Amino acid sequence: MASFQAGNITLEIDEDGFIQEPDKWNDEVAAALAKTEGVETLTEDHWKLVNYLRDYYLQFGVAPMIRKLCKDTGFKLNQIYELFPSGPAKGACKVAGLPKPTGCV
Amino acid sequence: MATPTPDTIEYYKKEKLSDIDYEPPAGGWMDTPVNFRPGSWIYPGKAKHLQYLDLPNPREWVVTEKDWKLQENWKEIVLKGMSERLSKYRSFKLFMDICVRCGACADKCHFFIGGGDPKNMPVLRAELLRSIYRNDFTAIGRVLGKIVGARELTEDVIKEWFYYFFQCTECRRCSVFCPYGIDTAEITMMGRELLGLLGLYVNWVIEPVANCFRTGNHLGIQPHGLKDTLEFFADDIENATGVKVKIPINKKGAEILFVTPSGDFLADPGTFTCMGYMVLFNELDLDFTWSTYASEGGNFGLFTSHEMIKRLNAKIYAEAKRLGVKWILGGECGHMWRVMHQYMDTMNGPADFLQVPKSPITGTVFDNARSTKMVHIVEFTADLIKHGKLKLDPKRNDHIRVTLHDSCNPARALGMLEEPRYILKNVCRNFYEMPENTIREQTFCCGGGAGLGTDENMEMRLRGGLPRGNAVRYVQEKYGVNQLAAMCAIDRATLTTVCNYWAPGVLVTGIHELVANAMVLNGEKERTINLRQEEIPRAESGSAEKGGAADVR
Repeated sequence: MASFQAGNITLEIDEDGFIQEPDKWNDEVAAALAKTEGVETLTEDHWKLVNYLRDYYLQFGVAPMIRKLCKDTGFKLNQIYELFPSGPAKGACKVAGLPKPTGCV
Repeated sequence: MATPTPDTIEYYKKEKLSDIDYEPPAGGWMDTPVNFRPGSWIYPGKAKHLQYLDLPNPREWVVTEKDWKLQENWKEIVLKGMSERLSKYRSFKLFMDICVRCGACADKCHFFIGGGDPKNMPVLRAELLRSIYRNDFTAIGRVLGKIVGARELTEDVIKEWFYYFFQCTECRRCSVFCPYGIDTAEITMMGRELLGLLGLYVNWVIEPVANCFRTGNHLGIQPHGLKDTLEFFADDIENATGVKVKIPINKKGAEILFVTPSGDFLADPGTFTCMGYMVLFNELDLDFTWSTYASEGGNFGLFTSHEMIKRLNAKIYAEAKRLGVKWILGGECGHMWRVMHQYMDTMNGPADFLQVPKSPITGTVFDNARSTKMVHIVEFTADLIKHGKLKLDPKRNDHIRVTLHDSCNPARALGMLEEPRYILKNVCRNFYEMPENTIREQTFCCGGGAGLGTDENMEMRLRGGLPRGNAVRYVQEKYGVNQLAAMCAIDRATLTTVCNYWAPGVLVTGIHELVANAMVLNGEKERTINLRQEEIPRAESGSAEKGGAADVR
């Protein structure tokens, strides 16, 4: 499996660059992952989304539905795409260290 | 925006994808190697999921690398596996023997139509397996070899199987046209079982299977997460209707256990379908319960092996028994119904602790579900409408011009053809059919079923979705159709992509979303927004345009 370097931390990643060891995630990892998504600097708005996703994941073990993400953070979907060009699932969730959702989705 | 990559639809130019080359390669099919180009195959199953499920040969491997890290005695394993299955499944043996290569199936597969690869002709897809059968299990093949279409099992054959058995959605459209009734889905299932013996799974299938084992559903939603999700839906329902719906979870002694695909809990537009069920049940004051254990109607075991179908399906009867319900109601899922209708009662039944399903509202006894004890919600709701038990105001859906995509499994495995149409015509006054060779038993697949609906497989999804997308575009242009209704969670996810590409402007919906939007509820407020929390366009007086109620009922 491919690996990814963020400062002193080495993480395993899948084919699409999602980290496989969510426990190793931290702010530095998030910033490094953001760069792979074409986001050079994480602004306050980026962090608001990332922290929300992180907290949801820690509480529920999965990613939230996108509508809930929008409702709870106050961002519209197009705003999320402006912040993370690959969108909420492939962009924001990746930066927040969440796994990709699978199944009938 | 980031540069498009093969996993996004923006990457594919329509003129390029529509320019399909049906000319077969110059050499023979046995001499044409597989080309694993980006966008046409699926990532391997991760070792951790195989380990979780006690499946053989868990390891990390890469599709595009030469060494797939098979067991040393891989060939022996496959031939032994084939031998066992030939004696265990009469259908498999029969399908290996009887094909006369008439070619009736050849142009019926959506992947062949949209891609032009001859090995996506069902006859040739089966031949990938049949050639090995001839070589190792028939006298004539042993003697005459290639002359009678036999060939030796090599690693390249295994790679070819992996590529093409994961380019079949097990939709069974080809089988409708086969004069012998050869079921290509069963052939693909056998191919995938044999690949599984070597630890060759795709992650899009095996991770949901592992999740389902751990948490009860493909997405890995835990009990408190499901509760949180349903409460979120209830808030939105209240916002739209003014009615606060009840959310019974794991309720012992309820009359009915309700099971739906977990996609309905996460992905739009399936979430709106889920809200539709909640509105309906609340209005009927139905004595039902959700379950956090049997929290998945779908069964990705169907895309893995017969053993896995059984292992995943077992929880539904087990939960029905634990909760002490009388019968089971199932949601708008596709492949779930192939499992329920054709495997469940023999694999995990008899469910003699349940009763023959009877609608508590109409008194209708669902004799067709006498064996499985499980009723499809579309059948349940059609019966309610037939008996006048729902107060409907279809004018609220007048801005919608809807067509029905017959989801493959409800249509071809369950024969659920009239009920969804009956419902749609009662809740929406503008209903239009797509061309007849693309609906009902002949319906075209979404191109993403059977575990193929993942983004790294985008080229094949768009190609496979071409016939359906083309038919949608036809009714879009001819009748102004703007919504496509489907009763399958995979459809709701993948047809959204297909429509965005082939028929942009057409939205995908579930049937019960439209039902709930048309339902006049007890104690409702003035309905100005729909379940999507969008303003309902005001209908002009006189409402529906041509093709209105009189035309469609």
